[in-house]
Amino acid sequence: MKVAVLIKQTPDTAELPKVSPEEVRSGDVKATMVINPWDEYAAEEAIQLGDRFGASSVAISLGKEGETDALKHALAMGVNSALLVDVEAAREGDVWAVATALAAAVQHEGDVDVVLTGKMSVDGNSGAVYTGVACKLGWNLLVNVTKIVDIADGVVTAERSFEGGQETVTMPLPVVISVAKEINDPRYPSFMGIRKASRAKIPVLTAQELGLESIPRAVRWENLRKPEARHTEVQIIEGETVEEQAAKLVDALLAEKVI
Amino acid sequence: MSVLVWIEQIDGQAVHSSWEVLGKGRELADSLGSPLVALVVGHGVEAVAEEARGYGPDTVLLADDPALERFRLQPYAAALQEAIRRADASVILASATTNGRTLTGLVACQNQAGLAPDAVDLRIEEGKLVAVRSVYSGNILSDIYFDTDQQFASVRPRSFPAPEAGEAQGAIQPLPVPVDEGQVPEKILEVKPADTSEISLTDARIIVSGGRGVAKDPELGFKLVSELADVLGAAVGASRAAVDAGYIPYKHQVGQTGKTVKPDLYIAAGISGAIQHLAGMGQSKVIVAINKDPDAPIFERANYGIVGDLFQVLPALTKEFKKRLGKEEKE
Amino acid sequence: MTSPMGFLFNEEHEMVRKMVREFAAKEIAPKIKELDRKQQHDPAIIAKMAEQGLLGICIPVRYGGQGMDYISLGIVSEELEYVDTSARVVMSVHVGLNSLGVLQWGTEEQKQRFLVPQARGEKIACFCLTEPDAGTDVQAMRSTARREGDHYILNGEKVWISLADVADHFLVFAKTDPQAEPPYRGISAFMMTRDMPGVTTGSYHGKLGVRAGNTGWVKMDDVPVPVENRIGEEGEGFKIALSCLDNGRYTVAAGALGLIRASLDASVRYAQQRKTFGVPIAQHQLVKRMISLMVQRRDAGELLVYKAGWMKNQGLRNSRETTLAKWFCTDASFDSAADAVQIHGAYGYSDEYDVERFLRNSKGAVIYEGTRELQQLLQADYEFGYRRYRPLRCELPAYDPEEWTREA
Repeated sequence: MKVAVLIKQTPDTAELPKVSPEEVRSGDVKATMVINPWDEYAAEEAIQLGDRFGASSVAISLGKEGETDALKHALAMGVNSALLVDVEAAREGDVWAVATALAAAVQHEGDVDVVLTGKMSVDGNSGAVYTGVACKLGWNLLVNVTKIVDIADGVVTAERSFEGGQETVTMPLPVVISVAKEINDPRYPSFMGIRKASRAKIPVLTAQELGLESIPRAVRWENLRKPEARHTEVQIIEGETVEEQAAKLVDALLAEKVI
Repeated sequence: MSVLVWIEQIDGQAVHSSWEVLGKGRELADSLGSPLVALVVGHGVEAVAEEARGYGPDTVLLADDPALERFRLQPYAAALQEAIRRADASVILASATTNGRTLTGLVACQNQAGLAPDAVDLRIEEGKLVAVRSVYSGNILSDIYFDTDQQFASVRPRSFPAPEAGEAQGAIQPLPVPVDEGQVPEKILEVKPADTSEISLTDARIIVSGGRGVAKDPELGFKLVSELADVLGAAVGASRAAVDAGYIPYKHQVGQTGKTVKPDLYIAAGISGAIQHLAGMGQSKVIVAINKDPDAPIFERANYGIVGDLFQVLPALTKEFKKRLGKEEKE
Repeated sequence: MTSPMGFLFNEEHEMVRKMVREFAAKEIAPKIKELDRKQQHDPAIIAKMAEQGLLGICIPVRYGGQGMDYISLGIVSEELEYVDTSARVVMSVHVGLNSLGVLQWGTEEQKQRFLVPQARGEKIACFCLTEPDAGTDVQAMRSTARREGDHYILNGEKVWISLADVADHFLVFAKTDPQAEPPYRGISAFMMTRDMPGVTTGSYHGKLGVRAGNTGWVKMDDVPVPVENRIGEEGEGFKIALSCLDNGRYTVAAGALGLIRASLDASVRYAQQRKTFGVPIAQHQLVKRMISLMVQRRDAGELLVYKAGWMKNQGLRNSRETTLAKWFCTDASFDSAADAVQIHGAYGYSDEYDVERFLRNSKGAVIYEGTRELQQLLQADYEFGYRRYRPLRCELPAYDPEEWTREA
C-alpha cells in the first residue's frame, strides 16, 4: 500500500497578521514558512499507516524550487520520501488549479491507494483542495476523519465527524482523506529523521513533465485588502467590589442588546 | 437562471445557518431578477421543506429517498446536480458546514465551475456572484470574481442575520434523484449523534471562553466558565493554551487551529489574546475581557474589560445575570 | 536561504533548533508557571525529553545516543532554557556532566553498562562533586572511598546535587587517598547507582530560582561500589571532574544564551504593547538602551558559546573558551533578566509575567559549575601562562559524523 500525503508550506501562524495584501498578490510572502499545522496530522497519520499496514509514504507539496522546508519537516517526522511539484499555473489561488496539479502529481507517483491531507491551510483557508483532488482523480472522498479504524480488502473503515456528530463509515479505495486534529498527536521530528531530511535531495516535478503548462482558471482574486481595523476603545469597568463591577457590566451588555 | 440554496438537515432538523444563506439568497435572487430555489435532501424530511417555505424561496425542491437519509457525498452530489439542472441554477450556495463545504466543492469541481469556500459576504455585480473571502486566518480579505457560468459559494455561519420566518410561500416540488444504493460507495456503519445539549461554537450567539488564567485550578475555572455559559445559553470556548494544557477538550478551541466564531457576545476569561486566538474571535460583535493583567492584548480588542481575577469575577457575573434574567433560584 | 549564522549552523542544526523550540513550547511552557509556583518537579518532562532522544543527543548511536554533534547539544540547551532553566539543567547534569564524562573516560564495558541506558533515557544520571565544605575548593572534599577487596566503600555527603531525588546513576567523587599531596591527587570517580545499599537522597525547597527543577543532597553510608564502577584510574578523579565541567559549563553557557533571548523577546513584545505618555514605551530612549544591551549580549554570547561548541566538534581543548562563554553568558543573562523586569515595570515584579522567573532562574548559574569569580581568575591565569593545557590520558573525542552514526 502506498500513501501520499499532501503538504503545504504556510507562514508561521504568529506571523500571519504581518502578511500584506501585496505579498499575497505577488505570491512572495515574507514570513517564516513552516508546514501547515493541519497537515502535520496528515503526515503523522501517513507514518502510522506505515506502521500499521506496511504502507510506504510520500509527501507531495506544491511550490517553487527550494520551497522544501515543509517537505523536509515531513521527512524528518518519518515520511518515506518527498516530491516537490513546481507548477506555475497552479499558483494563482484557484483551488481547482492547485487540485489539478496535485492530482497529476499523485497519478505521476503511481500506485497510490490513499491520499491524506489536513482539513485546510492556515493561509488559503479554503478546505477545498482535497475535494478537488478527489474529483480530478475520480476517487472517493472522506472528510474530517478522526480515526482510520482499518484498511482491509480494498476498503477503508473510518470515523468522521461533522456538526451532527460522528459516523463510522466504509469506503472503497482509492480514497482521498482529509484528517481532523483529533486523529492523532503528531510526533516531533526525530534526530535520525532530521539527519536524513537535511541531506535529502528532493526531486522536483515540473509543469512540463505533468503537461500542465496552463490550467484553466475559474475565479479571480481581486481587491486584496486588510480587514478594516476594529476601532474599539475598551471601557474598563471599575467598581468598589466585584459585585459592583458585575452589575455595571451586565447593565452595559443589556444596553448593547447582545443578551 | 436561478439562485439555489442547499438546506442542510441533520436527523430531520434543518441546520440553522442554512436559513441565513437562504435569507441572503433572496436578496441575491432579487438583484439578479431570478427565482430563489431551496433544495432539501433526505428521507422523510417534508417538515424541513415546509419550514423552508417560511424563508422566502420561490420553489422548494425536495429530494426524498431512503438512500438519501444521511449525508453521503456521492448521492447528495447527484441530488444537487439534479437540482441545478432542474432549477437552471447559476448561483449555488450552502452554509459552510463540514458537509456544505464538501458538497459545494465537489459539485463545483465536477462542473468545472468557480468556488468561493467559506465566504463572509456575497453580492451581485454585472449579473454574477461576487464573494468576499477572509483568508490568512482573518488577516486578508479578497473579492472572488467568477469566470464561470455557474458560481458556487459556501457561506460562513453567522455572516448574515438569520431571517425571521414569514408566511410560507413557494411550492414544494419533488425532485426525483435516481439513487441505486448498490452504486453508493460509502456505507454508514454507526452513528453517534452530537450532544444536543451542547451549543455549537460556530452557531452560538454568545460564547464564554476560558484560557490559561484558569491554571490555578483548571477544573474550577472551567466550571465557572460553564456556569456563566449556562445562564446565558452560551457555548463554552477555550484558548489553545487551555486546550494544550489539557484543561478542556479540543472541540472547544477557538482560534487559528480551532474554530472561527462570530457571536454577538464573546466573553474571554483569563485569555491573554494571542494573535492566533484573536484570529478566531476578533469578528465578534461585542467582546468582554476579564483578565488580571491590564496590559493583556485582549483588552485592545475588547469593548468592555474587567481587570480582575476570573475566579471572583465569573461567579459575580453569573449571579448578577441570574438576577437580571429572572433565573435566580427561589429560596 | 543563507542564514546569517551559516558559518556556524547547517540545515541540520536549524532543524534541531526548530524541533526543540516546538517541543519546549508545547511540552514545558504550558505548565511551567504552575510548577515553578508550587516548587514542583514534573518527572513527565524528563520522560518526554528521553522519548524525544534529547538525553542522548550528542552520544554516538552505538552507545544508544542520537549521534548529533556538540553544537546540537548547545542548541538543545539554549532552546530548553528559553522556556525554563529546569529543563536545561537536565541536559547539563545528565548529558554534560555525567554522560560525556563516561564517553571520555569510561571503558568500553562501562560505556555499554552506563552510557547506553543513559543515552536512551532509561536511566537518569547526575553529578556529585560539591560538599557542605567543598564547593569551588574541590580538593577540600571529605567523602571517602575505602578499598575493600573488589569494592570501594563510599562515605560522605554531597549537596546542591541537581536531580538528586530523580537520578539512577550518580557520578560521585571521593577520596581514595585522603593523605595525598597535593590533595586533588587523592580524588577518584565512581558510578554509584541508586540500588546500592546506603544511598539516601533528599530535595531542597526554598530555592531562589529553578524551582521546577529537583535539587538536593546525596548521603553515602558505607555504600559498596564495585571496583568495575570506578571511572578512570585511582587519583584521576579531579581531572575527570574538570573535563565533565568543561561540558557541563558549555550547556550552562548555551542555556544562559537562551535566557538572554527569552528576556529580550519578552521585553520587545511588552515594550511595543505597553504605552506611557501616549506612546509605546519602546519609543523611550532608556528602554531602547536596555533592549540594545540585550541584543549585544545575545549576539556576543552566541559567538562565544558556539565557538566553544565548534572546538569540541574539532576535538580541541576548550576549557578556557568554555569558561569564558559560561562567565559571559550567565552574567549577561542575569543582567538581561533584570533589565527585562525593569522594562515590565511593576508587572515584571509579579509572577503574571515570566520575566521575574527568568531573573530568579538566572542567578544560580552565576554561582554553580564554577563561580563567576573562579572563571575570571582562570581567564587571567591562561593569559599569564600560569595555567596551560596538559595532555589527558583520555580526551573528549572529536565529533565524527560517520563514527557517531554507525550502528555498531
